[in-house]
Amino acid sequence: MLAPGFADPVHDAQGTFRAVMDALARPGLPRRLEAGLEPPAPLTPELAAIALALTDADTPVWLDAGLAAAPEVAAYLRFHTGAPLTDDPARAAFALIRDPARCPPFVRFAPGTPAYPDTSTTLVLALDTITAGEGLRLTGPGIDGTTRIALAPLPERFVGQLAENRAGFPLGIDLILTAPGRVAGLPRSTAVTES
Amino acid sequence: MYVAVKGGEAAIDNAHRLLAETRRGDPAVPELTVAQIREQMTLLVDRVMAEGSLYDPDLAALALKQARGDVVEAVFLVRAFRTTLPRFGASKPVDTGAMAVARRVSATFKDLPGGQVLGPTFDYTHRLIDFALAAAGTVEPAAEAEPRDDAGTCPRVTDLLAQDGLIEPSPPDDGAPVGDLTREPVDYPADRALRLQALARGDEGFVLGLGYSTQRGYGRTHPFVGEVRVGDVAVEFVPEELGFPVPLGRIRLTECQMVNQFTGSGTTPPQFTRGYGLTFGQSERKAMAMALVDRALRAAELGEPVTSPAQDQEFVLAHCDSLQATGFVEHLKLPHYVDFQAELELVRRLRAEFFRDSDSVQEAAE
Amino acid sequence: MSATAMIEPSRSEAGYNFAYLDEGTKRMIRRAILKAIAVPGYQVPFASREMPMPYGWGTGGVQVTAAVLGRADVLKVIDQGADDTTNAVSIRRFFARTSGVATTTRTTEATIIQTRHRIPETPLREGQVLVYQVPIPEPLRFLEPRETETRQLHALREYGAMHVKLYEDISRHGHIATTYAYPVEVAGRYVMDPSPTPKFDNPKMDDCPALQLFGAGRERRIYAVPPYTSVRSLDFEDHPFRVQQFDQPCALCGAEGVYLDEMLLDDAGRRMFVCSDTDHCEGRRADGHVGTGDAV
Repeated sequence: MLAPGFADPVHDAQGTFRAVMDALARPGLPRRLEAGLEPPAPLTPELAAIALALTDADTPVWLDAGLAAAPEVAAYLRFHTGAPLTDDPARAAFALIRDPARCPPFVRFAPGTPAYPDTSTTLVLALDTITAGEGLRLTGPGIDGTTRIALAPLPERFVGQLAENRAGFPLGIDLILTAPGRVAGLPRSTAVTES
Repeated sequence: MYVAVKGGEAAIDNAHRLLAETRRGDPAVPELTVAQIREQMTLLVDRVMAEGSLYDPDLAALALKQARGDVVEAVFLVRAFRTTLPRFGASKPVDTGAMAVARRVSATFKDLPGGQVLGPTFDYTHRLIDFALAAAGTVEPAAEAEPRDDAGTCPRVTDLLAQDGLIEPSPPDDGAPVGDLTREPVDYPADRALRLQALARGDEGFVLGLGYSTQRGYGRTHPFVGEVRVGDVAVEFVPEELGFPVPLGRIRLTECQMVNQFTGSGTTPPQFTRGYGLTFGQSERKAMAMALVDRALRAAELGEPVTSPAQDQEFVLAHCDSLQATGFVEHLKLPHYVDFQAELELVRRLRAEFFRDSDSVQEAAE
Repeated sequence: MSATAMIEPSRSEAGYNFAYLDEGTKRMIRRAILKAIAVPGYQVPFASREMPMPYGWGTGGVQVTAAVLGRADVLKVIDQGADDTTNAVSIRRFFARTSGVATTTRTTEATIIQTRHRIPETPLREGQVLVYQVPIPEPLRFLEPRETETRQLHALREYGAMHVKLYEDISRHGHIATTYAYPVEVAGRYVMDPSPTPKFDNPKMDDCPALQLFGAGRERRIYAVPPYTSVRSLDFEDHPFRVQQFDQPCALCGAEGVYLDEMLLDDAGRRMFVCSDTDHCEGRRADGHVGTGDAV
């Protein structure tokens, strides 16, 4: 049987969105994300909550290899969101990444266009841990001075890739980072350096 | 002692009650029923459906009653209601060639298959106030026409012209999804389907004025009315779970096929071009004006210089919607105290500087 | 129709969904808000819906608020700085009826503040969201009416025409003659229209701890300024940006350095200046501050 979606579709979607909005508005400041979902493995409750809250028939979704290999995941997302799945990362509005260490290079996703930088891909990553106050140094809009955040595991050459992403501003991808019970944001406007 | 003005809530409640009372008018006069509006103000109901983008005569009639007969306000009510309706998908294209015509006239051919059908029209009435209508009475039933031999076949004039290649072919259905400006913001340049949607929803007066301007030289298109037809067509929908079309009902439409200025070059033979208009209900004025503007908006596509308002799609599409226009014009009556205060302060300062400078100039001269 | 689960939303009044909008529309607006936050000052197109109030009455702000609002929020709505202006009352009621959320007139108590033409005098704090109603989101619109052109100008970061326009004011009047909707540069990249707030309020946008969201319904654009983001009013070295100054304090609460409404008291030119921000003024008076009560 298909795992259920949000117990309260209106308010759970709102709560999830609000956590993501706050996370992107204050990069590097993790928020609580109580999803209350039990999606089929290897989809995490946080990835599922964000997919249910933000995707629908108007948003092509790309799944990483681990998620794509599980037909129950595709069935779950299709049923609860109606979002078309795409195997072309450059066409995706959202990319769900269960295995960040094997995330494709960011340049393979859509960066938007100079006239419409909003037509870019938002990457949603499932990490093991998000720890505020240590690790990478972040500056930029939404940050009062400097903030720090430690993330694991990370895509290869993470800081270098983010620097390239930042250099292309206003084009670029945005990252929504999740860990059990938490969400943090790294929009394209954030400058990230090693501590 | 000055006391800040209060009482917004009470003022709004009182205004709403007064509005309801004013709408009703003299209670000694019988109240209009929605059915009366629907049956006796049909062209008004049709206009509200067309600009409201929702085919529902009862709802349009109710909206007119609620709006005290204000067309734009009634359109507003219908549109706001439409926003809340679930969307199941798009119907199959309606076939106006299979229309059961109530009226059909061509200005290009004296006779043609299906014939000219004058139907219910004001065209040849003498516009004399009929004082007999002031009293209630019964209407004599209209005569039944003798059926023609070719009754029931009413091919479109443009299809007849297209058989000989005299008019550009109707664009083929490429199967691509048709845009919907109520679901995604317009990205210029907009394709023809989106432009037609905007014109179909557009304010009749605005579209009429633009169409008229093309006839007076602001984007001339040399139009001939290939035909105007009014009648009923079937609407069909294919539910995904069934996979075959099911009929949803019939709706009344007005279609205008305009035959326009010919094109041609060394490589393509000369042929006429098309302008198209389609509205809910009976509205020949709107359908014809829409066809004129549609053709004018194709200027760039047909290699004509874009010099006039009716040819400028940003100008036309951004300004043809009566709700957007009325909202922004009428919002000027909302409070702008703080902006005006900012302007007052600047003008006072500039005036003070002006008089100080002119005083010092005068002193220097003395 | 797809085989998608049909969401059965909780309904608060007369068959309408929580905060009026259907869930699909909210999702679309929410996605636009996230992009707006990620690209500060950039105008994200969105499929604005026809709302039950007219364009020009705040349909953009209402849609943004409806998409953000949750049951735990406390909503404040102001127009011209005041909670009791008719349109503010009307919008506050709309949300009270369609969502059942708590409303307030106190800036400090609100989690979401929807505004037309003012930023509250009380400094905003972290966690608050300020939603602006925007009539014309494009700061370059009065220099270039075409969307196709202005979009290119933003893409190329070509804002020379705006500086020329402001400088022409200076050569003609001795001052920049823009007193409201004064253009700003956000995070060093996009030039943005702050909505028709008096330029007096522009400095409050800079490095503000609250999230600022802007909704333009008729023009179908959403944009944002994240918290702690640089918002610089355009100016020149020899003509630095300056805000309006009032010669007298509020006649009711004695506040200085706030924006004032001018009340005409009679036809002999007597007038009185009082706070445009009614909550700020009431709060000060409750704390014992008293103005002279004098007309000028």
